Amino acid sequence: MTGLLDVTDIHKSYGAIRAVDGVSFNVAAGEILGVIGPNGSGKTTLFNTILGQVAPSSGKVLFEGEDITGLPPLRLARRGIGRTFQSLQVFGKLSVRDNLIAAGQEFLDTPARRLFSKPDAGLGQRADEMIALFKLGHVAKLAAGSLSYGQQKLVDIAMAFIPAPRLVLLDEPCAGVNPALIEDLLALLLQLNSQQGGSFIVIEHNMDFIMRLCGRVMCMAQGAILAIGPGEAIRANPAVLEAYLGD
Amino acid sequence: MTGLGKSLRWPVLILAIIALAVLPTSLKSYGVYILTLWAVYVIAGMGLNLTVGYAGQISLGQAAFLGIGAYTAGLMAKLGFSYLLIVPASASICFLVGLGLGFPALRVQHHYLAFATLGFNMLCFLVFRNEEWLTGGTFGMNDIARPVLFGWHFSRAADFYQLTFGITVVLAVLMALLLRSPWGRAFAALRDNPIRAESVGISTTFYTLMAFAIGAAYAGVAGALFAPLVGFIEPASFTVTNSLAMLLMVIVGGQGRFFGPALGAVIVVLLPEWLRFAADWYLAVFGFMIVVMMVWMPGGLLSLADRWKRP
Repeated sequence: MTGLLDVTDIHKSYGAIRAVDGVSFNVAAGEILGVIGPNGSGKTTLFNTILGQVAPSSGKVLFEGEDITGLPPLRLARRGIGRTFQSLQVFGKLSVRDNLIAAGQEFLDTPARRLFSKPDAGLGQRADEMIALFKLGHVAKLAAGSLSYGQQKLVDIAMAFIPAPRLVLLDEPCAGVNPALIEDLLALLLQLNSQQGGSFIVIEHNMDFIMRLCGRVMCMAQGAILAIGPGEAIRANPAVLEAYLGD
Repeated sequence: MTGLGKSLRWPVLILAIIALAVLPTSLKSYGVYILTLWAVYVIAGMGLNLTVGYAGQISLGQAAFLGIGAYTAGLMAKLGFSYLLIVPASASICFLVGLGLGFPALRVQHHYLAFATLGFNMLCFLVFRNEEWLTGGTFGMNDIARPVLFGWHFSRAADFYQLTFGITVVLAVLMALLLRSPWGRAFAALRDNPIRAESVGISTTFYTLMAFAIGAAYAGVAGALFAPLVGFIEPASFTVTNSLAMLLMVIVGGQGRFFGPALGAVIVVLLPEWLRFAADWYLAVFGFMIVVMMVWMPGGLLSLADRWKRP
């Protein structure tokens, strides 16, 4: 089956340790896939192999039918794949608005044209829309590095959506975020999915968040897929219960 | 900045430019020489501030570019070229060499990059000293004439200062436009978080190379003005010590702050002159003041404004 993203038999080893061990799955256009699993199960390494942060030992990744295996993050970003990171990754000294513009400006024009383009690269309105959507208006002019953890997390996520990517990989978006913000984040992601038609892959330990957001859920353990399917089926899967969710 | 501060910014800036333009009329020739030297170092400092302060790359090789610019200017002046060609040529050569120096920055960072650029400076120093057929070696290159542009001789100290200061202002405007453009934001992104920058499509390779190349081109222009200012150039003017002094300018003024190099050059170029009343102790006093400044204001002199703004 050819989806938006087709991952086939991905392996990544560090010496004798198999961090990712023969993972295959696909993501359809418009789908939100959740990825769960205990710490050290290979979720983030899988993300990093898909996103060119580390080269897979073997296997293949197709995006819209084209082989993107091992392509560097820069080229993947330009093909329409965005990401957020497990740890905070914003441009600390730039304002929130400039963070959002920086996240989209390189997809417009050539470097020479960008040099002579408007300071906001024509993205001011788009940035303001995202600022309003993520309720960051009151901090838009502040340096991103001066914001609270939860606010920086929102900036980080908003940055990934600025260039309207076709696929976004979110690594633990709820980590360190307070419950009220998690509700906002859930609503935002559902809104972005329905409005922009973007597909997401979301690594998360918050099961309630995953169940409410994702159509399908994939559980990993020891570098391999333990189970993949609808959320409720995964929650009831005995192997998943034993390896991750418990009683 | 407060509303009043913002509204006063432009008038204050314009008044400062006018005051600096007419300042030589009240100075003796040595004072004008020092002021011109300050303007030359402001240009080189602006370039280094782009590389270090805005793009986050460490460089201990800026004096080498000053030297390449100065020797290019000296050689071309002796061959009879116009300064209308000499300045762009010095800038272009330094741009290309700076592009080359940017490549190590793609592989190494921080103190490793510092040593790579330091090695480059030493290499250039050896070329300036040993390639006597080209540079005059330790004897240097003398009798470098002041420019003649459109029939106007800039041989008087005050005239040459005004030319240098005019070029400084033009280059400052160009730098401001660069930093306001999307490129400026990309340089800051590269400095703040190169991994994130790559993930949002910002080519860290391209912007690292540009930060070094443009920074070097500014030093090239500074060198092209330094040569006719002193009239005599020798390798000792372009050592690692001089690169450290330029880095000190950027850091003392406030790295990543637009006016940091101008203020830093005041401290590094002018302050030792003002401390000469301390006779043999003037360099010791200068060194002590730098230590105190760095301890109390690690963000540079311009970071004081941020402290005052905080409640």
